Amino acid sequence: MQLSAENLACERGGRTVFSNQNFTLGSGELLQLTGPNGSGKSSLLRLLASLGEPSHGRISLAGGAPDMNPGQQAHYIAHSDASKSALTVTENLIFWRDFLGGGDLMRAMQAVNLAALADYPAALLSAGQRRRLALARLALVPRAIWLLDEPSVGLDESAQKLLAALMNGHLREGGLIVAATHVPLGLNPDKNLHLGGTP
Amino acid sequence: MQQFANPTRFLSLANRALPTIWVVTIILFAIGLYGALVSAPPDYQQGETVRIMFVHVPAAWLAMLVYTVMALASAVAIIFRHPLADVAAKTAAPIGAVFCFLALATGSLWGKPMWGAWWVWDARLTSMFVLFLLYVGYIAIWQAIEEPTRAAMIARIVALVGFVNIPIIKFSVDWWNTLHQPASVLRMDGSTIDWSIRWPLLVLGLAYSFLFLALHLMSMRSEIATRKLRNLQIARSGEA
Amino acid sequence: MKLLLALLRRDLILAARQGGGVGTALGFFLTVLVLLPIGIGPDQVTLQRLAPGILWITLLLSVLLSADRIFQQDFEDGSLEIMVMAPASLELVALTKAIAHWLSTSLPLSIAAPFLGILLNLRTEIIWPLTLAMVLGSSALSLLASIGASLTLNLRRGGLLISILVLPLYVPVLVFGMSATTGNPEVIAPSLLILAAITLASLVLAPIAAAAALRAYLK
Repeated sequence: MQLSAENLACERGGRTVFSNQNFTLGSGELLQLTGPNGSGKSSLLRLLASLGEPSHGRISLAGGAPDMNPGQQAHYIAHSDASKSALTVTENLIFWRDFLGGGDLMRAMQAVNLAALADYPAALLSAGQRRRLALARLALVPRAIWLLDEPSVGLDESAQKLLAALMNGHLREGGLIVAATHVPLGLNPDKNLHLGGTP
Repeated sequence: MQQFANPTRFLSLANRALPTIWVVTIILFAIGLYGALVSAPPDYQQGETVRIMFVHVPAAWLAMLVYTVMALASAVAIIFRHPLADVAAKTAAPIGAVFCFLALATGSLWGKPMWGAWWVWDARLTSMFVLFLLYVGYIAIWQAIEEPTRAAMIARIVALVGFVNIPIIKFSVDWWNTLHQPASVLRMDGSTIDWSIRWPLLVLGLAYSFLFLALHLMSMRSEIATRKLRNLQIARSGEA
Repeated sequence: MKLLLALLRRDLILAARQGGGVGTALGFFLTVLVLLPIGIGPDQVTLQRLAPGILWITLLLSVLLSADRIFQQDFEDGSLEIMVMAPASLELVALTKAIAHWLSTSLPLSIAAPFLGILLNLRTEIIWPLTLAMVLGSSALSLLASIGASLTLNLRRGGLLISILVLPLYVPVLVFGMSATTGNPEVIAPSLLILAAITLASLVLAPIAAAAALRAYLK
C-alpha cells in the first residue's frame, strides 16, 4: 500500500496555507509532520482524510480498496475526542465499533489502559483519559491509514508509551501513519515533512 | 486562471450592454406608464385606485421571476461550478426582495380602498409574504457565514430548498384561503381583463424585467470588484 | 444497516440521558399554553375556537427550538467529522438522526399535545383526528428541522436564523394539519393524505439537502 501526495497545495479563505508538497509513504512507514502554528499541519491531515479538496495537486492511494477514497480507509484523530459525556466508556466504544465496522472491545480498552474505567461515564474522565478514549478507536477498528493530529497532547508519560506501542504495532502490521506533532513521539519517523519555511 | 478569465469577459460584456439596457428600460417604462396612467380607463367600481395594480402586479411577477433566476443560478453553480453563478444568485436576492416588498406594500395600499383594511390575509398576499421570508432567509445566510466559499455552498442549498417548496406553499395557502373565505378580489385572470389594461401591464412587466436586468448586472459588477479587492488584500497581506 | 441502528440507538440514549430532550420541549410547550390564555383572556369559547391553531403553532415552535440538537453536539465534539469520513452514506446518517429527533421529541410531543388541549377547552371529538394529524405532520416537522439544523451548523446566531429558514417551510404542514382537524368533514381525509404526501416528500428531500449542507461545513 502506498499513499502519495503530488504537488499538493491548500487554500483557505483565499489564502494559500501551503503549496507544492510531495511525499510518498509505504506500508509500515511513519511520516512526521512538523512546523509552526498555522503552517498547515492540520489542513494537510484533513486533506488526507478526504475532509476537503486540495486547491492543487492530488492525493493517491495505491493498493487500497479501489472504490473508497483514502479518508474512508483511514482513522483521523483530531483535537476533539468524538466521545459523549453521557455515555460510558464502553457505550462510546460500542457505538464507534458498530458504526465503523470494527472489532475487539476488550483489546481496545486494554491498549489504552481504560479497561478499569469501562463502566464510567465519559463525563467523569480526566482530559488525558478522554484523549485515551479517542485513541482507543485506533485499536478498536482496523484501518490501514492513521492520521494523527497531535496525538500525545494531554497524555502522561505512561500513556505516551502506550501510544508509542500502539503506533509501533500498527507499523509492524504494515500500516501507515501520518502524525503531526510538536513533541517527539518516542518513535523514529521514516520520513519527515516540515511545513512553513525552513526548520 | 479560469476563475479570472470568466469574470473579465463578463465584465466587458456587461459594460458594453448596460447603456443599451438602460435605454430600453426607460423607453419601456415611458410606454407602459402612458398606457397605465393615461390611456387605460378607470375601473367602474374601484375608480382611479385600480392603477395601483400597474405597480403591484409586475412587482409580484418579478418577485417570483427573480427567485427562479436565483434557483437556476444556484443549480448551475452546483452542476457546472461556474464561478459567476454564485455571484448571480447572491446579487439577485436583494433586488428580488425589494420587488417582493414593493408588491406587498402596494397590495396593502390597494387593500385600504378595496376592503377597508390596510392588510388582508388574501391568498396572493400571504404567498407573497412567505416568499419575502424566503428571500430574507437567503440573504441572512450570506451575511451569517463569513467564509465566502462555504457561504456560497450553503446558500445554494437554501435557494433550491426554497424553490422546491414555493409551489407547495402556494398550493397550501390557496387551500387555506378557500377554507376561510371564497374568491379573492385580487384575481388577475388574463382572459377576463380588457386589452386596454392588459397591454400596459405586459409592457410594464417587460420594463420591470429590463430594470432587474440592469440592476442585476450592475450589482454583479460591484460584487466581482469587491471580491477582486479582497483577493488582492489577502495576497498582499500574505506577502507582507 | 447495523451502523444506522447503532446511531439511532445512541441518539435515543443521549436524548433520554441529557437535558434538552422531550422533557424540556414539553416544559416549553406547557409554558406557552399557560401564557396564551393570560394573553388572550380566559374566555372559554374563544379558547375553544383557537385551541387547535394554538396547539399546532406551539408544536411547530417546540420542534424548531429543539432542532439544533440534531447535529450540533456531534459537530462540536468531532463525531460528525468521523461520520462524514466513514464509508456510510451521509444522506442515511442525516435521515437516521432526523428520525431519532422525531422519536425522541416530536412524536411524544404530538401525542401529548392534543391531551394538553384540554387546558384550552379543546372539543373532545377533535382530540383523535388532531393526534393523527400531529403524528403524521410531526415527522415532516423533524425532517424539515434537520435541514435547518444542518444549514446553521456552525453559526453563533443559528437559533434565530434557523427559524427564518425553517418556519416558512412549515406553512404547508400547518395548513393541512389545521384543515384535517377543523375543516369540513369532507376535507379531513384529503388533508390527511396530503399531509402524508408532504411527509414522504420530506423523507426523500430533507436527507439530501441536509447531507449537502453537512458536507459544505465539514469538507
